[in-house]
Amino acid sequence: MSPELTAFLTNCFAGLALGSTYALVALGFVVIYKSTGVINFAQGGLLALGAYLGYTFSENLALAFGLSILFACLAAAFVGAGFERIVLRRMVGQPPFAVIMITIGLLFIIEPVLTAVWGFDNLQVPNPWNIQTVEAGGLVFGVRDLWTIGITIAVVTAFFLFFRFSGFGLAMRATAFDPEAALAQGISAKKVYAVSWAIAAALAALAGITLAAGPGGLSPSIGFIALAAFPAMILGGMDSPAGAVLGGIVIGLAEALTRGYQDQLFSWAGDNVSIIVPYLLMIVILLIRPYGLLGTKDVRRI
Amino acid sequence: MVAAGESILSVSNLEVVYDDVVLVLRGLSLTVPTAGVVALLGANGAGKTTLLRAVTGLLHSHRGRITKGTVQFDGRDITGADPARVVRLGIAQVMEGRRIFAEMTIDENLRAGAHTRRSRAEVRESYARVLDLFPVLASRRRSTAGYLSGGEQQMLAIGRALMAAPRLLLLDEPSLGLAPKLVEQVRDIIRHINEQGTSVLLVEQNAMMALSIADFGYVLEVGTVVRDDPAGDLLADEDIREFYLGAPADGAQRSFAEVKSYRRKKRWSA
Repeated sequence: MSPELTAFLTNCFAGLALGSTYALVALGFVVIYKSTGVINFAQGGLLALGAYLGYTFSENLALAFGLSILFACLAAAFVGAGFERIVLRRMVGQPPFAVIMITIGLLFIIEPVLTAVWGFDNLQVPNPWNIQTVEAGGLVFGVRDLWTIGITIAVVTAFFLFFRFSGFGLAMRATAFDPEAALAQGISAKKVYAVSWAIAAALAALAGITLAAGPGGLSPSIGFIALAAFPAMILGGMDSPAGAVLGGIVIGLAEALTRGYQDQLFSWAGDNVSIIVPYLLMIVILLIRPYGLLGTKDVRRI
Repeated sequence: MVAAGESILSVSNLEVVYDDVVLVLRGLSLTVPTAGVVALLGANGAGKTTLLRAVTGLLHSHRGRITKGTVQFDGRDITGADPARVVRLGIAQVMEGRRIFAEMTIDENLRAGAHTRRSRAEVRESYARVLDLFPVLASRRRSTAGYLSGGEQQMLAIGRALMAAPRLLLLDEPSLGLAPKLVEQVRDIIRHINEQGTSVLLVEQNAMMALSIADFGYVLEVGTVVRDDPAGDLLADEDIREFYLGAPADGAQRSFAEVKSYRRKKRWSA
């Protein structure tokens, strides 16, 4: 293999791993937006919370890493559903804008709570992946990246099967399409909302832990990654779960490729041009397709 | 009026307020006899849909609430009950405008209608019964509901409601926007459903259609009942013919300026 091709494939692989993380977070955004009509700005906070919980389970309680991931996701789901149950349920029927402000409030509350409990230091999450690599066909893959992609594929597949074929998935889609008609069938909107929040929080937590196991480690600013998943969600179409996953992969690839070819192609633009790529891409795609890649046309914009 | 023992639904003295100020139902009382068909007539804004919402627990999402009166289903008080409980107890509603889940398949729409039921065998049985009743749906189970014609969508909406195996079916303007032939078809289906033992409360603007299958009719005006009579009497009534059936009372065309309907309305309200 030529060195150019090797470099290209390596960059693509890094993009897939990054895109997987974005896809998980963006899918969480979409699940909540689709069923409740609200954009959950606290997604980054839930991601950070999940990561720190995973750290505690793994480091302090010395649980196996797989179990730590599972428990952290469950705990985050519990927090998400509880927040919906205690705070947002009182806001049903109120303007979405007010609810969105509440989620922004939650985001700013979670951060100081995390630093109060775990401090500002960069933590290393004990995990079996570390910086190991495997080599195949002349390419070097990070073990963590492989796991991140694999777990994402498994979880996203499970979500789509659940959403498409299960009775509760059907209830969620019905509520998303016409809340009142769904109510008239005896579908409990409260349960749908709570489960949507639980799913979104669990997805965010999963993204958080796999990210924290990477070279960046775990710091309070880990939640910022959700900001880049935000364009992924909008790019894919705010009401399309498949679009969220696609958007996440596209943004991840674009960011990784920009970073990989920084020196050759974008040296004039400074060192960190890859950081703005998600937003640039979002703007360009929205100019061409205002409702996103896979979104429906009559989506309400906020 | 029917004695309480034989009635499946009895609404008494119901008062409903929207946004804490708009009084939409004022002391409305109505009874649906077990295994009967009751027609509810009235102009736009009379409060027909609001009554249905009050029964099925859908007022909340319209910022409405019951401020007075009671709703009893089968001897049980369901005043202000939540929609899921109402459906579980045996009331299903076909909403105005059909409100099918257009992005989902016909099969999924029907399964959504059975959401509150636990026994798979019973659901399968209802499913077979609905497809039997609506052959047009049976052949297109996997296609997207939004591509059905208006009449087929109405069939789907009724089929979806039947999936809850209701003992009382509420229908809100099922003939709205349908061609005359389809209106007849809907009427026959409602009659058929009733013959199989389901009580029916039918809200209609098409008074002729409604009264032709109903045993009993109520006429609503500004939130209260102004007439309640056997359907046959209403069909023969001069005022009803004029206001709701569009037929001049004496067979001759009259100008609206001469119609002193307000006096009759006043007489009814009194």
